Amino acid sequence: MNNIIKKFIPQILAILFVVLIFGFLTLNAQTNMDNRGIDFGFGFLSQESSFDVQFSLIEYSGSDSYARAFLVGLLNTLLVSFISIIICTILGVIIGVARLSSNYLIKNSAAWYVEFFRNIPLLLQIFFWYYAALRALPMPEKANAWFGVTYMTVKGYYIPAMVWQNLNVFLYCGLAAIISIILLKNYANKLRDTQGKQIPVLLYSVALLIVLPLLSFLFGGVSLEFEIPELKKLSKISYIYEGGISLPPELIALVLALSLYTSTFVAECVRAGIEGVTKGQKEAAASVGLTPNQVLKLVIMPQALRIIIPPTTNQYLNLTKNSSLAAAIAYPDLVLVFAGTALMQTGKAIEIVSITMLTYLTISLTIAAIMNWYNKKIEIKEK
Amino acid sequence: MIQTINFLKPNRDNIKNYSIIGTFLVLVSLIDVISNAFLKINLTSFLPGSLTTLFPLIIGLIGLNMMRIDYSGNKKLDLLNKNINTNNFNALLTLLILFSIIKALPQSLSWMIFDATISGDSKDACTGTGACWTYIKVWFRRFMYGMYPNEFHWRINTAFILVIALGFVGYFMKENLKKYLALYYVIIYPVIAYLVIYYLISGGSFGLQWVETGAWGGLSLTFIVSFFCLIFCFPLGMIFALGRRSNLPVIKYISICYIEFWRGVPLITVLFMSSVMFPMFLPEDFFMDKLVRVIIAITLFEAAYCAEVIRGGLQSLPRGQYDAAKSLGMGYWKMHIFVILPQALKLVIPGIANTFLALVKDTPLIFVVGLAELAGMLALAKTNPKWLGFAMEGYIFASIVFWIICYAMSKYSYNLEAKYKTER
Repeated sequence: MNNIIKKFIPQILAILFVVLIFGFLTLNAQTNMDNRGIDFGFGFLSQESSFDVQFSLIEYSGSDSYARAFLVGLLNTLLVSFISIIICTILGVIIGVARLSSNYLIKNSAAWYVEFFRNIPLLLQIFFWYYAALRALPMPEKANAWFGVTYMTVKGYYIPAMVWQNLNVFLYCGLAAIISIILLKNYANKLRDTQGKQIPVLLYSVALLIVLPLLSFLFGGVSLEFEIPELKKLSKISYIYEGGISLPPELIALVLALSLYTSTFVAECVRAGIEGVTKGQKEAAASVGLTPNQVLKLVIMPQALRIIIPPTTNQYLNLTKNSSLAAAIAYPDLVLVFAGTALMQTGKAIEIVSITMLTYLTISLTIAAIMNWYNKKIEIKEK
Repeated sequence: MIQTINFLKPNRDNIKNYSIIGTFLVLVSLIDVISNAFLKINLTSFLPGSLTTLFPLIIGLIGLNMMRIDYSGNKKLDLLNKNINTNNFNALLTLLILFSIIKALPQSLSWMIFDATISGDSKDACTGTGACWTYIKVWFRRFMYGMYPNEFHWRINTAFILVIALGFVGYFMKENLKKYLALYYVIIYPVIAYLVIYYLISGGSFGLQWVETGAWGGLSLTFIVSFFCLIFCFPLGMIFALGRRSNLPVIKYISICYIEFWRGVPLITVLFMSSVMFPMFLPEDFFMDKLVRVIIAITLFEAAYCAEVIRGGLQSLPRGQYDAAKSLGMGYWKMHIFVILPQALKLVIPGIANTFLALVKDTPLIFVVGLAELAGMLALAKTNPKWLGFAMEGYIFASIVFWIICYAMSKYSYNLEAKYKTER
């Protein structure tokens, strides 16, 4: 009896507490909305948005619906996160390995890089790149070409656009290459397990990835041309580049700040992972007669990756959430387009803020679920 | 290609010749770069095209290669070789880093110090090509105290000194009162700090003029927000960490939902929520100050992170600790307060410090809901028509300030970790 009371009383109290809080808030919201004449509902999503977005990956104009504006914002968020994740991974791995270098100068430069970039608030870094560093770039008419065809100007970074013919054939070839690599990998694993033979899978995969798409150019009727941005005079003093793709300075500032900031955390994960593999493992592998390359590939990396990947994914998640700071420099991401402009216009505070939060929540929980599954899979099974 | 430069094979027999020639070559390359950077003299202008720029690199590499003698017997040489010159690739990286430091130094030094202006008190004083620190000097009070009236700045200073002094009470407490220390820091201290800040900074009574929170700002606002969030999010996080490990399913799942919800959304949307959505959920005639709402939002948000860190500590304690406490007849609360938490909290000091660091770095975000702390004041100053064009100086100043605060915090957490480390 005593035990049952001990078990149930706190739980009932907790439920009561939560229900009371939510009930209280809902009641208030109801009366407030009644008083102000606001009705609750998601019908506004199909209404015409009638605002413009500067930078969008899909076709979008003011006559499209709020739902499409939401999609534009979401895609922009995903774009900036995707680019930053790639850059921060490359930087992070380099810096993380450099921190373990035997070279005094390299080790310390890497350590200072980490200390420097991770101790300055991300928002300040974004502001610094956007308002201070990128504003010092030349005007379009004075810009020098980088690599001959790209132009870094105060109005953005202009790069050549790719004009494809028969793009689908090319994509099918790429897909075929990836499938055949997976099959090859499976076959190689089988061969290794049954006969103890090793095939240079990496070499073959790279060859496949290059040769198959190349064949599509020769026989599939695929062709690729580059549209190079060209300077055009708008008025007496105003110039602009036409053709090609223009990356707005907001995007560049955001990518720079996010990837430099997050790369410090990735670097720490990488360092911890490599340091986490005990020296004995390396020596044991060497004494079995594996070559240094094999030691790295078959013994060190699998164990290090097991330590590195979970916290690194966490950092990727943080990066995606941090990309919402874009709103501070007016890069049209989910928060700015939807929780900013759309909210101002419709006044549907509750609906819009909850949709925005739920979107981020879905992204986070999906990645977290995949991570948990992956962790379970690679866990060392102790007998 | 780098590997094939080994045509010169130095060894112990010809150590004298090689080390001297090597040192000489490295020195030549360094002198070339230094004269190029500082004096703008190109010593190698007689060389064609890109060879001019590559010359110091090639000469330096050959020099370092000649100096690389294993077990030379010369201690200094061995130390040098071991640290910066183990192979050609390392030597190349060493040279590249050295050269880029030397190249960057004169430009940044002259911009920041030699060509910079600090005198005067208007934009006209800044005529040089360097930084305009006059801007920082003139705006300094604004950056520190926001729009808070100048004549009342002493109130903010006094409040901070009082709060810090009260925080150190624990150090001077008598032994027999030490058991109430946790109680003091969790309940009494926040209340006193709140009262001090309310009556001194807000004013409105004791003959002090009322200053609304909209006028607060600058670095002092950063401190106020992070201080309150720090002291509130820790106990809240502890409750949810214990809740997540509870045996009672309802409490467990409520805690999980809470933690996963806050960890899944970005802080900026939480702040948006606190500023546009939260007022809808309050009773009609109930007004809550924007600053208070922001502090509540950040506290709830960071508490989830705190909870996860503390849960990590709880999980890493061996089962034996729980069993031992239970076998002594301790109940749930006694077991946690006297056995589990003291050990778990010791383990999570670095994690907690990281969470606090993240919190301090997140405070500039309150700028998006219109509270002008340091980053917000910079944005304001940047658009002031009298002071256009000094964004760089402002952001560098703010970065340095934040960097010092965060770096000091992380170093302090290392010290704490070392201090509380017990042999296990």
